[in-house]
Amino acid sequence: MSELLIRNACVIDPINGIDGETMDIAIRDGRIVEDVNDSTAEVVDAGGALTLPGGIDSHTHICGTKVNFGRYMSPEDMRAGRTPRMGRMHATSGYSVPTTYGTSYRYSAMGYTTLLEGAMAPLEARHTHEEFLYTPLQDTLANTLFDGNWAVMEAVRDGDTKRVAAIIGWTLSAVKGFAVKLTNPGGTEAWGWGKNVSCIRDPVPYFEVTPAEMIQTIVRANELLHLPHSVHLHCNNLGTPGNYSCTIGSLGLIPDLNDRRQTLYATHVQFHAYGGSGWDDFCSRSEPIARFVNMRPQIVIDMGQVMFGKTTTMTADGPMEFNLYRLHHNKWSNHDVELETASGIIPVLYRRKNLVNSVMWAIGLELALLTENPWQCLLTTDNPNGAPFVRYPEIIGLLMSKRYRDAEFATVHPETGHRVPLPAIEREMDWHEIAVMTRSGQAKALGVLEIGKGHLGVGAEADVAIYPIRIDEVDPSVEYQKVVDAFRCTDYTIKRGRIVSRRGECLVDGNNTTVWVRPKISDSYDMVRDEEFVRKFDRYYTVRMSNYPVQEEYLRRNLWRRNLCIETEAEL
Amino acid sequence: MIVKDVVCPFCGCLCDDVEVTVEDDRVVAVDNACTLGTSKFLGDHRLPGPIRRDGNGWKDISYDEAIRYAVDMLLDAERPLLYGWSSTHGEAQCVGVHMAELVRGVIDNTTSVCHGPSILAIQEVGHPGCTLGVVKNRADLIIYWGCNPIDAHPRHLSRYTRYADGFFLENAFRDRTVIVVDVRKTETANIADEFVQIRPGGDYAVLSALRAIVRGKTDTIPRSVSGVPREQLLRIARRCKEAKFGAFYFGQGITMTRGKYKNVRNAIELVDELNRHTKFTISAMRGHYNVYGSNEVNTWMTGYPFGIDFARGIAFYNPGETTAIDVLARRECDACLIVASDPAAHFPRPCVEHLAEIPVVQIDPYANATTAFCNVQIPVAVTGIDAAGTAYRMDGVPLRIRKVIESGYPSDEEILSRMYAMIQEVRSE
Ligand code: SF4
Ligand SMILES: [Zn+2]
Repeated sequence: MSELLIRNACVIDPINGIDGETMDIAIRDGRIVEDVNDSTAEVVDAGGALTLPGGIDSHTHICGTKVNFGRYMSPEDMRAGRTPRMGRMHATSGYSVPTTYGTSYRYSAMGYTTLLEGAMAPLEARHTHEEFLYTPLQDTLANTLFDGNWAVMEAVRDGDTKRVAAIIGWTLSAVKGFAVKLTNPGGTEAWGWGKNVSCIRDPVPYFEVTPAEMIQTIVRANELLHLPHSVHLHCNNLGTPGNYSCTIGSLGLIPDLNDRRQTLYATHVQFHAYGGSGWDDFCSRSEPIARFVNMRPQIVIDMGQVMFGKTTTMTADGPMEFNLYRLHHNKWSNHDVELETASGIIPVLYRRKNLVNSVMWAIGLELALLTENPWQCLLTTDNPNGAPFVRYPEIIGLLMSKRYRDAEFATVHPETGHRVPLPAIEREMDWHEIAVMTRSGQAKALGVLEIGKGHLGVGAEADVAIYPIRIDEVDPSVEYQKVVDAFRCTDYTIKRGRIVSRRGECLVDGNNTTVWVRPKISDSYDMVRDEEFVRKFDRYYTVRMSNYPVQEEYLRRNLWRRNLCIETEAEL
Repeated sequence: MIVKDVVCPFCGCLCDDVEVTVEDDRVVAVDNACTLGTSKFLGDHRLPGPIRRDGNGWKDISYDEAIRYAVDMLLDAERPLLYGWSSTHGEAQCVGVHMAELVRGVIDNTTSVCHGPSILAIQEVGHPGCTLGVVKNRADLIIYWGCNPIDAHPRHLSRYTRYADGFFLENAFRDRTVIVVDVRKTETANIADEFVQIRPGGDYAVLSALRAIVRGKTDTIPRSVSGVPREQLLRIARRCKEAKFGAFYFGQGITMTRGKYKNVRNAIELVDELNRHTKFTISAMRGHYNVYGSNEVNTWMTGYPFGIDFARGIAFYNPGETTAIDVLARRECDACLIVASDPAAHFPRPCVEHLAEIPVVQIDPYANATTAFCNVQIPVAVTGIDAAGTAYRMDGVPLRIRKVIESGYPSDEEILSRMYAMIQEVRSE
């Protein structure tokens, strides 16, 4: 039995309705309990510092084939972030795409304890899981890509929602995935021929389904499987002027089907909130999107904030990356995955002096500030697409301080003011809203409250972040730099009751869990028994069906590593 | 007993449909594999146990003694080199990286003597690629440039290209065009629809000419480029542009000949250019079954695919300075651990000469050319036969390699983990 007592913590725990109360937190064997033995428990004195549930990133690219290729092709980025081996910490490399240890240590220093990899191709899932093993300080979950899945598209074309659900259910269990991700649905298949779909009504070549049909059917299939998370959508048409109408069209397809969480999670909406008919009249359309979201509790979005500087873009959206390449003429990588999806990578530099980049920067902030309910707009950069995750503290500062925003705004492209509503927005977010946007909202949206994530109530997993700041002494509106500094590095990051990071130094070697789902499906919907599915699998994949599922070895367990499977009762 | 869907641990094709017949913990028959794969499965003459050089002969030693020797060698070294890695499983490679970091050594794999130039080119211009199944299902045009799959990757043609029917190609042999480009008429050239013969060293010029034609600059092309007639170049370029999906595979015929990484860069940029007209991908024909896995493991753990120097605590990468060849040729390295490769058979003479002068431990199931330069050799299980683990196919698809028999040999991972634990006891904190 191990016990830990955190004293004098100034707690914000939105799920349990705690907003800045100074209290003690008792932890036993990795979970929050009513009390522990004061005389024997290890004690951490928070000294009145801000104490939050461990941070959760609900959309980040950290592990897997495409992320690793981002490193592989970018020695210049690797050089830009090197640390030597030190104490328990391994050497790290990389700035925008750090090595797995780099990612893990830096997130941990910022108080993050749970990370959702935004895009895993099922065929290459083993790779993602291997890298998860080397991301020692966070629990990890993987969005699994179905945007160009042949079997799914055929079932959608046949209008067979149950079959769609059965294929998704089998695949998620086989590859140890957590949630359903659609990246430019249909577009990644069209990219197999060097083409794309322009919006949700544009049919996919050969398969003759539209993205709209795919989104609608898969959303229903997701609910038939009773998955913890909703469908996670990267809309069609990313990054093009005028795409906001396509985004609104996509969001408009979604009924309200679930009373515990949203029915659709739309990711990095900044990249999908553009007005104009070309780059010349490019402008923000954050307002209609935020208005739309404000009226629909079934939608949750994340920001996909852009921050100025160098980064690497990487997404399953292969055609979009090729378009970016044609704009930037920098190096370009692409990787199509048979029967499933695609992907692309290019490095970028977002400049203040560039009007388009300045508008992009403003849009992310506007989405957060104009979405009334912070539970509906979560803080992300689509790491590393909009910016590396180490920039989150600055984004928190910008959201909390109009003065900080104005100071930054004065440095961006002078034309920006005519293109965006940002300067007119007065809202300043408070500590509670930031806590929602960086952990509790994520836990609710991902559906992991039930496994004890995102809150500090009795029974929760003891993932805690203590930031070196006293909220009663700092006015974020004015002293925003203090806020930024505090969120950069915790005093303590605690993971399942163990102190894993202290003032930026990581102290342990591993304390993580892979969380995945296994919907229980009746034999009549078991794809392994489905002759057509098996026949096509054998014929068109280059991997045998028996070699496709990710073996238990990739969820290795030891003293500190857990393998957590969430079983659901599918209506199949 | 017949074990189905076994993964072949020989070349980067990583065929996973092999059937292995096992009797009394011996492989007695192999189906579906090519001759290269079959002979690996049926391979014999394993080293029975660890050996240590003793004057002009060898002395049998225990695994404990052998491991102790290897650990002491690494602890004693100022500039250790940990080399090889391409023919073992990823789990062992991971331990190798941790160990290199701890002893502040150089860790490098066989990439530096085969596709190192390809990686340098990719680091300059990127890599538009895809998995092999995308090619099988879609590609109506295949180019093999400077590679001879019939010899080196025998089933590449039958599983993925020439003879592989796919979703959009019901009759691959009829519907797919195969072009072979090489300096001599290889066996692969014999089954091609078109063979392009280039004068040795002329790849760069031919690639440049094709790029110019694809860009519409036909008038600048001379009557012949490095032995290839203008008409043929025009025809090839037209075939590429007219294809619905083209796949370009290249080998050491361009990475290790005049121009090296510049050739690869030129090829990638040709493919970039073709993507403005149709869909085109390019990929390297990786040799050892898990050389790509070694690149992957090194990359997620250190940031770099090969040639990593931990001398200063950080991971430092500078091919030309930090590969095995570099540190051996400069006679800098003072101890070498070799895992799952045979440098003495492939390295330049001065490097091998230096190996002869320093302590060397080799972890390998078989006696090979490098054995002659070792102080100690530790035999291990063969991954894919008597050890399981992860390997990455040449296109990045990771597979779990099976264990089909029990041999009693420890795996690479087990030996390396024991070494790492002992080094940690001395070096940690
Ligand atoms: S082609 Fe390569 S992987 Fe396939 S059977 Fe032959 S040697 Fe083995
Ligand atoms: Zn993303």
